[in-house]
Amino acid sequence: MSTGIGARVKRKEDKRFTTGKGKYTDDIRNDNQAYAAFVRSTHAHANIKGIDASAALAMDGVIEVLDGHQLTGDGIGNIICGWAVTSKDGSPMNMGAWSALATSKARYVGDAIAVVIAETQAQARIAAEAVVVDYEELPAIAHVMKAMAEDAPNIHENAPGNLIYDWELGDEALADAGLASATHITTLDLTNNRLSPNPMEPRVAIATYDDAEEHYTLHTTSQNPHVARLLLSAFYQVAPENKLRVIAPDVGGGFGAKIYVYPEEITCLWASMRTNRSIKWTSDRSEAFLTDAHGRDHVTTAKMGFDDNHKIVGFKVDTVANLGAYMSLFSSSVPTYLYATLLSGQYNIQNLHCNVRTYYTNTVPVDAYRGAGRPEATYVMERMMETAARELDMDPAELRRINFIQTFPHQTPMLMAYDAGDFPKILEMAQDAADIAGFAARKTEAAGRGKLRGIGYSTFIEACGLAPSQAAGSLGAGVGLWESAEVRVNPVGSIEILTGSHSHGQGHETTFAQIVADRFDIPIESVSIVHGDTDKVQFGMGTYGSRSAPVGMSAVVKAMDKVEAKVKKIAAHTLEAAEEDIVIEGGQVKVAGTDKAMGWHEVGLAAYIAHNLPEGMEPGLKETAFFDPVNFSFPSGAFICEVEVDPDTGVTEIIKFTAADDFGTIINPMIVEGQVHGGVTQGIGQALLEQVVYDDDGQLLTGSYMDYTMPRAADIPFFDVSHHETPSPNNPLGVKGCGEAGAIGSPPAVINAITDAIGNNNLAMPATPQAVWRAIQATKSVAAE
Amino acid sequence: MTTVNMTVNGKAVSGNIPDNTLLSEFLRENLRLTGTHIGCDTSQCGACVVHINGMPVKSCSTLAVSLDGAEVLTIEGLTKGGKDAELHPMQVAFNDNHGLQCGFCTPGMIMTGIDMVKRYKAEGKDLTSDAIRAELEGNICRCTGYHNIVKSIEDAATKM
Amino acid sequence: MYSTKYHKPASIADATAALTAGEDATILAGGQTLLATMKQHLASPSDLVDIRAIDGLSDISADGNVLTIGAAATHTAVASSAVVRDVCPALADLASGIGDPAVRNVGTIGGSVANNDPAADYPAAMLALGATIVTNTREITADDFFEGLFSTALEDGEIITAVKITAPAKAAYAKFPQPASLFALVGVFVADGAGGVRVAVTGAGEDGVFRQGAMESALGANWSAGALDGVAASQDGLMSDMHGAADYRAHLIAVMAKRAVSAA
Repeated sequence: MSTGIGARVKRKEDKRFTTGKGKYTDDIRNDNQAYAAFVRSTHAHANIKGIDASAALAMDGVIEVLDGHQLTGDGIGNIICGWAVTSKDGSPMNMGAWSALATSKARYVGDAIAVVIAETQAQARIAAEAVVVDYEELPAIAHVMKAMAEDAPNIHENAPGNLIYDWELGDEALADAGLASATHITTLDLTNNRLSPNPMEPRVAIATYDDAEEHYTLHTTSQNPHVARLLLSAFYQVAPENKLRVIAPDVGGGFGAKIYVYPEEITCLWASMRTNRSIKWTSDRSEAFLTDAHGRDHVTTAKMGFDDNHKIVGFKVDTVANLGAYMSLFSSSVPTYLYATLLSGQYNIQNLHCNVRTYYTNTVPVDAYRGAGRPEATYVMERMMETAARELDMDPAELRRINFIQTFPHQTPMLMAYDAGDFPKILEMAQDAADIAGFAARKTEAAGRGKLRGIGYSTFIEACGLAPSQAAGSLGAGVGLWESAEVRVNPVGSIEILTGSHSHGQGHETTFAQIVADRFDIPIESVSIVHGDTDKVQFGMGTYGSRSAPVGMSAVVKAMDKVEAKVKKIAAHTLEAAEEDIVIEGGQVKVAGTDKAMGWHEVGLAAYIAHNLPEGMEPGLKETAFFDPVNFSFPSGAFICEVEVDPDTGVTEIIKFTAADDFGTIINPMIVEGQVHGGVTQGIGQALLEQVVYDDDGQLLTGSYMDYTMPRAADIPFFDVSHHETPSPNNPLGVKGCGEAGAIGSPPAVINAITDAIGNNNLAMPATPQAVWRAIQATKSVAAE
Repeated sequence: MTTVNMTVNGKAVSGNIPDNTLLSEFLRENLRLTGTHIGCDTSQCGACVVHINGMPVKSCSTLAVSLDGAEVLTIEGLTKGGKDAELHPMQVAFNDNHGLQCGFCTPGMIMTGIDMVKRYKAEGKDLTSDAIRAELEGNICRCTGYHNIVKSIEDAATKM
Repeated sequence: MYSTKYHKPASIADATAALTAGEDATILAGGQTLLATMKQHLASPSDLVDIRAIDGLSDISADGNVLTIGAAATHTAVASSAVVRDVCPALADLASGIGDPAVRNVGTIGGSVANNDPAADYPAAMLALGATIVTNTREITADDFFEGLFSTALEDGEIITAVKITAPAKAAYAKFPQPASLFALVGVFVADGAGGVRVAVTGAGEDGVFRQGAMESALGANWSAGALDGVAASQDGLMSDMHGAADYRAHLIAVMAKRAVSAA
């Protein structure tokens, strides 16, 4: 069976996970282990007048209690946002100070104020409750629309009116003119509900200081250990990079929440030095809800104009985004460069403008969560298209088709140059798979059972493979977004791939091995993947933004190019043939058209024995490459959701969910389908179930799985997933990235289907049974008038 | 502190532990069987499911001291281990059907899956995909969208 | 979790002694609620008295049309008991829908009844079936037993040993789950039994489980789902939270009551 590109290779990493032998951070316990528990603000907004740790220090097992004054006193730097977004008036964004342990003011419930170090986790947690914080309570802002009120309390001194930036993209005059020329205008007010990412493994950090070497080791649940080291070293001043090793072992899901360096990692590293103990902190789920960065939380008004031919002639979007109490690492880029840039969707729109204002509130920082900005853009776009089709009394698929971009590359007015795609084709594939023709009969049948049946579309595009560095830099990114790889061919011909990408569920140990096995035609068992350790891997930007395949794998390909060139030189030299006649196939390195050949392993051996290498060639067979793409990749898809609503209770059942995607070249369809299943499920979660709720005082009401609704097996259907491949010209494999598509495309498909079923377009996410029931009642009362 | 004796994965074990030690803590910290995971603190995620006297139980919501004399089976006990050791059909099915991604919920899914297959077979009931979804009420996965977990359990049911 | 002292008495007498001796002792009947509460530092009993090893406390038996279920019988035991299925199948169905399979293997009927969580299922059954709660000292009718949120007629040191139910002519339970916790947002147990026609509602009331008088009257006159047409549940005294405002809960009471009557 093939193990190359396109094969459904079973995962190599599964055995350790199915036998309980996975090694997650919490499974590690060091000698000299002590445990950390954080004292967290119980108020959403309060001045810290004093901290009394005397009672806690006297308790069993307590080693030390440390606070923010000690932390900043030791020179630990503030936590930063790494993407500078400039307001339209040219002023820089207003980044408020964020100390890992708050010193003078707490800005959200859960804000870390002090840390207790004790011999056991239970002792640390009990003692943390005994630390007395003297608060002066301040009025709090829990909702973004209240942050801009004139009498709103001020959260950060340097952010008057709590405004972080007021930013725009596109040409407002053109958009206004387009709307003025329109014969039909659709207007929508939309809320993109706030979510908690909820990887099943809570965050964990184990920091170990070696006083003899003055060296730190951090085991952490990270999607990007090298970026963590860079931040901890260059910005937070914990230790120079050569004295800090960051290891992200098996990580139990990330979805964005594990991109960032949080206060807990910084504090544990510093506390390890202060106490000369290895410090372990394990979040429980309640703490995860209180502290893991949330996602989404936009309020948007959008206007779209159409001409007589139903072509879009103008589109204006005004968005207010909540960034929480502090600016997290990528927070500024999510509602701007990852959002507004995608507001052209799959459509040819020339007159486009988007304005975005972001504000502080007394809530958990908001940052990238699976999709990051693109789900919000898609929700605006695709709710808009479905609504317009209803108002224009048109087939929603037809309205989309009329406006589809047909040729590539396509430059939008929102910075993006789409690489490749075939939007009519994937829409047709989805329609066929969803049996659109049979829908009317199914609706009638459902009505006979007292159920309301509806169908909804979403045709979407996303920018993936975050990269390219120069473009990102020009837009304010603080780092380059390339990726690195090392291909290490051992003397016996087996291969280790060292990659800066990080696998936390994506199956890299299989898919990265596939591209190597494919290229060198060797057994996949002889290829191993090394990742997640800054002492082993040269460097890396990590895994987020569906970038592992388009950027990470491309770096592997570049390194393989170099390996292949050297292999061919060695073989040509040994076999006394011309380099251009050498081919690699069937585990051999051959002279084409002859029976002269060396085994793959013999070439490796020759490179390391080095008795007979071409003149001037260095021994060894190991190559490193950095790949920085010229553009993003642009996966696209067409999703169709069919639902049945019980009008008596408002319960929505998803009857069928069809996904037709264009991810470019597919390395392993099994894994790609798994990514779609998981992504769509998170989108269904957003559409039907999930919502972070704060009360007006900023207390978190959805603090556990008792109140935050996670999608369960019974909420979710089997999926119909298909693919059409238009390879991206922007990377050597033609891949586009598949991790986020499901979460990006699905929410509007679900809401479009429910609003179709109930005949009321006024329905917000999450469409809980209560919300749907109310929307149905509203329809009934209108009908009765 | 109380001394507790039980059989874990076929081996007699004992520990002198604080009375408030949860079974999950006893397994992970005392026995260093770290395949049993903790994903929540309200006993809903199911990553900690083990079998006690043949029945699935949430080890995060069970006191170890209450289990004196009990037989406990964890994910580590499904195969005898070592090179070429045969895996349980449920473990094989999760690999065959891509029933896991990050792997964190997987031990609980597998222990729950094994129980439901056994129970339905014993009762002569048909383990439909809808039944599997209902039976997974106490097991949350954030990665797979359940599609391939349901397929894995369906597949294993034909082989157990 | 705060430290605690575990006891596993073999008799009711020993259990009572341990409960009395402990400074702040409480009964551990399954712990599926209690241990989670302790983990979150919301409870810190000095002593836990595990009653599950007491002889006979997990027994399920029937004497004619009277069913006796030991307090330590798990939800799984009740759901799969042929005796329960024979005398009161609605109760077996209810038990099979509590929590999830792993929770049902540990949680007990006595624990659920004693805790009287306003969203628990069993209290609705007890009240609608006119059950008797048997303790180590007395028998208490369900009407007298459930006193409000997490509050019952149990005295300090009193231990539920069993519940007794007389077979109803008809009964069924319909639950609408709160989407996150899957506890009852609204659960309605309808019965035509020893106490006459009764409709008991859980999940919705500010004071916990309660009887819905208007529906009882309607069903008493005519036991059919149609008899409930136009019998609206009052919103007075119903809970409002992010999962369901009082008007939605009131609406669901009517819907679930009809579904329960149809299923009975």
